Amino acid sequence: MKNDPVLEVDQLQTYFYLRDNKVAKAVDGISFSILPGETVAIVGESGSGKSITALSIMKLINKPGRIVEGKILLDGEEIHRLSPKQMTKIRGNDIAMIFQEPMTSLNPVYTIGNQIVEIIRKHQNKSKNEAMERAIQLLKTVGIPRAEEIMKEYPHQLSGGMRQRVMIAMAISCDPKLLIADEPTTALDVTIQAQILDLMVEMKERFQMAVLLITHDIGIVSEYADHVLVMYGGQIVEQASAQVLLKDTKHPYTTGLLESLPNIDEDVDRLGTIKGTVPPAYDFPTGCRFSSRCPHVMEKCKLSNPELIEVDKDHFVRCYLYERKEGQ
Amino acid sequence: MYKYIIRRILIFIPMLFALTIIVFGMAQLAPGDALTGVSLSDPNIDPEVYEIQREAYGLNDPIPVQYFRWISSVAQGDLGNSLVFNGRSVAELIQARLANTVYLGLFSLAITIIVAIPIGIYSARRPYSLLDYSATGFGFIGLAIPNFFFGLIAIYVLSIKLGWFPAQGTLSTPGMTGMEAFIDRIHHMILPGITLGLAGTATYMRYMRSEVLDVLGSDYIRTARAKGMSESNILYKHTLRNALIPIITLMGFEIGVLLSGAVITEQVFQYPGLGTLFLSSVTNRDYPVVMAIAMILGILILVGNLLADIFYSIIDPRIRYD
Repeated sequence: MKNDPVLEVDQLQTYFYLRDNKVAKAVDGISFSILPGETVAIVGESGSGKSITALSIMKLINKPGRIVEGKILLDGEEIHRLSPKQMTKIRGNDIAMIFQEPMTSLNPVYTIGNQIVEIIRKHQNKSKNEAMERAIQLLKTVGIPRAEEIMKEYPHQLSGGMRQRVMIAMAISCDPKLLIADEPTTALDVTIQAQILDLMVEMKERFQMAVLLITHDIGIVSEYADHVLVMYGGQIVEQASAQVLLKDTKHPYTTGLLESLPNIDEDVDRLGTIKGTVPPAYDFPTGCRFSSRCPHVMEKCKLSNPELIEVDKDHFVRCYLYERKEGQ
Repeated sequence: MYKYIIRRILIFIPMLFALTIIVFGMAQLAPGDALTGVSLSDPNIDPEVYEIQREAYGLNDPIPVQYFRWISSVAQGDLGNSLVFNGRSVAELIQARLANTVYLGLFSLAITIIVAIPIGIYSARRPYSLLDYSATGFGFIGLAIPNFFFGLIAIYVLSIKLGWFPAQGTLSTPGMTGMEAFIDRIHHMILPGITLGLAGTATYMRYMRSEVLDVLGSDYIRTARAKGMSESNILYKHTLRNALIPIITLMGFEIGVLLSGAVITEQVFQYPGLGTLFLSSVTNRDYPVVMAIAMILGILILVGNLLADIFYSIIDPRIRYD
């Protein structure tokens, strides 16, 4: 395995310029990288900036949002410098993305076949018939029965799970180096969720892709991710390998997320919650962004925002609780 | 899909039947009857003569009997004779005027589509641009100004003051033929066509703008972008077809709106169409003509809706199988 990362994101800042001179710092200085064949998960509540990070990598940020700072390198190529037209050659080809809502992510007025053939013909020099054959083969690969018939059907004729399979077929159609999955199973039935995630793992191994998995479900992280970034308020608050993060959780926010999960081995009356909600991105508290909800909040936390520091090897935390230990 | 279309056509039949009852019923409910319109102007006629005439025309028969007599002759294509124009057949009276009204309606619809759809798309792609604001302003003015008033202003400014367009009629010199006549007809249709289409243009522009904006923000457009599709592909393939779905439904109603608008617009421009004939026939209580025109307008509206439903099913696959 090569050790050059497929994707490197360096100090990415994506801001939204709202009315009344408000600036929503949706993504505020994120850095990470993904190695070939690796799955990196970004975990966080709604509004923590996960999806904006993903859309920034795709350069699909719409007005009034804008990538203010930062580098995005795909196989060493600085894609943050590319023009919108050049980006159309990257999207769907080198980076593919699947979305949360399979029900609305396919165009309702075109057949499944039409929508898969379209992406193949856009990026690969194939005749219509070759593209059709490839599309049928892809549908079979993602486990869709009667692929030939499904080609002629419309999205509304398929179930949510089937549509997400179609989205995956579309995503892998041009052998992307990186697959971004933005909450791919959130809208699906629980029984289908595991199937879709397993399919993604299978595809990842088969096509040697790197995967960026975005989820608010920290439960699926242990099973599917190699490395985890926990995001809060547009910043990374904790970053580690999946195993370390789950065993040796440091940040109070990560702890809160884990405590809110039901655990089959423990008998509790009530699941943990994190009180309050994510503050809007234009109105973060001064100091630590989690300070307004943190159970361990200290005076210091309200004054300045801690840096992301390495507490163990490859385990980064943004919290004053651990900085203190560092000093000792 | 054929099943759907056939089913729609079958529903058309009872609707047509209901239409005949409504048209006949309204004519029955209107004050006076076919004879009073003629007779009121002539006080010298002996009331007994009316009675004889009423009996002769069958106006004293029970209403259902009269209805079936009317509908059976209509079904055979006989619309009866006018009571005012020296007994000329209704069909003959209507024929030429129906064509004029249909031309005017189509012309107006063409202007509406050509103007409203591109501007609506542009406004949606560049919202809050100068053109978007101008189009919005024009849209509100277009909706706020009544047809007849706009028509009068157009005649005063563009026809009387500037002399660019003829103020009335369909042809400058009777008996023109060929290309010359065609161009002259179009020239005559421009002012009434714009007047008639004004409100529609404003409405469609607004609808198109909001539909395109809506579709551009949808998940499947984001998917298309994530697939690397070009902007023109996204606009013309992925957005337009979805944005047109509600527009097509509206178009079905638009035929009715154009025809009823034509009654007033034609009057303003003295345009010899069904509208002017309809108004004069109502004033003259020329009920055979009124009923025939009401029937024709009703049928055109039904056909408009039928066409809209069929187009709708072609453009939106979700409709066909339900």
